[in-house]
Amino acid sequence: MTSGPSKTPAVSCRGVTKNYGTGNSEVMALRGVDLDVYPGELTLLVGPSGCGKTTLLSVLAGILNPTAGEMIVLGSRPAEMPDHRKVKFRRQNIGFVFQQFNLLPSLSAAENVSVPLLLAGWSHRKAMRVAVPLLERMEMGGRLLKALPATMSGGQQQRVAIARALCNHPRLLVCDEPTSALDGQTGRAIMELLRGEALEGDRAVIIVTHDNRTFGFADRIAQMEDGRVVEVHRQQVTAAAATGFHDTFQFTAAQSAAVSPNISV
Amino acid sequence: MNWVALKMLTGNKGKYIGIILGVAFAALLISQQASIFCGMMLLTTSQIKDIDGADIWVMDPNVRFVDDVKPISENELYRVRGVEGVGWAVRLYKGLTRARMRTGKFQQVILIGLDDATLVGAPQPDKIVMGKIADLRRPDAIFIDEDGYELLWPGQPFELGRTFEMNDHLATVVGIFRARRTFQTMPVICARYSQSTLFVPRQRKVLTFILAQPSPGFDSADVCKQIKAQTGLEAQTRAQFCWTTMRYYLRETGIPANFGITVALGFIIGMAIAGQTFYLFTVENLKQFGTLKAMGASNATLISMIVLQAVVVASIGYCLGVGAAVGTGHLIDTQSKLAFYMPWQVMAVTGIAVMTIAMLSSVVSARRVLVLEPAIVFQGS
Repeated sequence: MTSGPSKTPAVSCRGVTKNYGTGNSEVMALRGVDLDVYPGELTLLVGPSGCGKTTLLSVLAGILNPTAGEMIVLGSRPAEMPDHRKVKFRRQNIGFVFQQFNLLPSLSAAENVSVPLLLAGWSHRKAMRVAVPLLERMEMGGRLLKALPATMSGGQQQRVAIARALCNHPRLLVCDEPTSALDGQTGRAIMELLRGEALEGDRAVIIVTHDNRTFGFADRIAQMEDGRVVEVHRQQVTAAAATGFHDTFQFTAAQSAAVSPNISV
Repeated sequence: MNWVALKMLTGNKGKYIGIILGVAFAALLISQQASIFCGMMLLTTSQIKDIDGADIWVMDPNVRFVDDVKPISENELYRVRGVEGVGWAVRLYKGLTRARMRTGKFQQVILIGLDDATLVGAPQPDKIVMGKIADLRRPDAIFIDEDGYELLWPGQPFELGRTFEMNDHLATVVGIFRARRTFQTMPVICARYSQSTLFVPRQRKVLTFILAQPSPGFDSADVCKQIKAQTGLEAQTRAQFCWTTMRYYLRETGIPANFGITVALGFIIGMAIAGQTFYLFTVENLKQFGTLKAMGASNATLISMIVLQAVVVASIGYCLGVGAAVGTGHLIDTQSKLAFYMPWQVMAVTGIAVMTIAMLSSVVSARRVLVLEPAIVFQGS
């Protein structure tokens, strides 16, 4: 068993369950998840389809309420908050990156990035003054600033989505399959971007993925099975591991240290 | 977020135009049919408005509208003149008679008999197309309205001196005037009162209305009450008589129901087209709303976005629809004999109807957004 870092977890779950439906049709999506996610780290949630990864991500992000268990996110208990406070909590603290990018099709790249700031009450002009340099830093400057999502490649759209998720400096970034809709080279670029940009400022990053090509970029990999976190691997991210983003990449015991899922690592 | 809402609305030009056209069509249908209805109602009061010069109409108490002629005794004229507050009072004949043309053709006409001495109620100078009012004093003289002239002598140029017969008496056209279109669309003929009694078959009583004017300093409505109290006759101001006539048509004919059905259909069709299109627009954008919701947009923010979209669509659709109604109304009014009148009330009612359509659509759409689970955004494609 490896002891965890001394810093406080950004997200801490103990015995979190989530049921859908009632009676005979009740489905237990999460069956008592214990997990800690630390700031300044990139944590992957991996596992087979239907094991509860996306449900856990939704619960961690305050989008779904857990049925039972204790969950602390950034020092707060979003599950106990009234809806309006939870919405505000999400708006102020959490950034989202989606598998299908979910950009607003009628807004340009820069306008899409400005949306979280507009939601926070910023003026359009002020929000654009933040969005444009952020996109330029992600190699999305020039004519791409005004490009509509339909005219952009998948990789470009995901860059915009990441810029959108980061523009209001959230302390927690949740990503749902950010590379699965992208080819290998673009996927690696996106993971490099997430590692480089997202971890700035002690931000915690959680990524749900099926894509084993991303494993080399993670500080911690939580393996899920049947609604539980069954294993957490902590690993040292090296340039070699990160550049191993290719179809045959497998993370091995040599690269990682397995820890009990119930204990901080 | 208003700006984002508007960008979402206008992003897909095809759908945006489709929603606006749906609302515009509803606004057009509602305002146009309501305006035609108002125009028709106005036609019923044309003769009251055309017979100018006196504020008070006195009649038999059983008269229900301007064409409901119930003759009264000639003596009533003197009784009315004796009522305090009546400045002057003159007789007026109004009835239907039959014109016999030289060709042998017959045509029903509206005959107005004006007081011989004063000619009160005669066409105003600005309405006279040809001839002089003073010529009405000549034997057998009549004025005819221009539409009536075209009906009696179709395709022929206006010409004074033409003759025809009414009740076997010769009538000579000495003037042509412009009259408001009437509900019956018959020629309107003006003659002296004494002359008009010759143009109709002999009856025991001929006097149909008494036109009166209050003395200076007396209020028309008060004088009407005095006349009613002292003579037992019905007395109404011009405006009151217009409303009495319109109320009769509203109450006793199926016209309001027919137009009401069309207006209701316009509302329902507009609701169906605009409502469904707007609803589908919102449903298609559910994922976008879900994304905004996940990112921290409150329900109030999302609803305000939907309401803004609805208000913008309704406003533009309203302007286009009512504008088209005014345009077609102008064409109708100038190119045909169909009645069209759009008072501000029609515009207001259309505006309320269109906003109702938009609001109902947005309420239905907003319900979907309110119950929308933001976790939808994590459900892949």
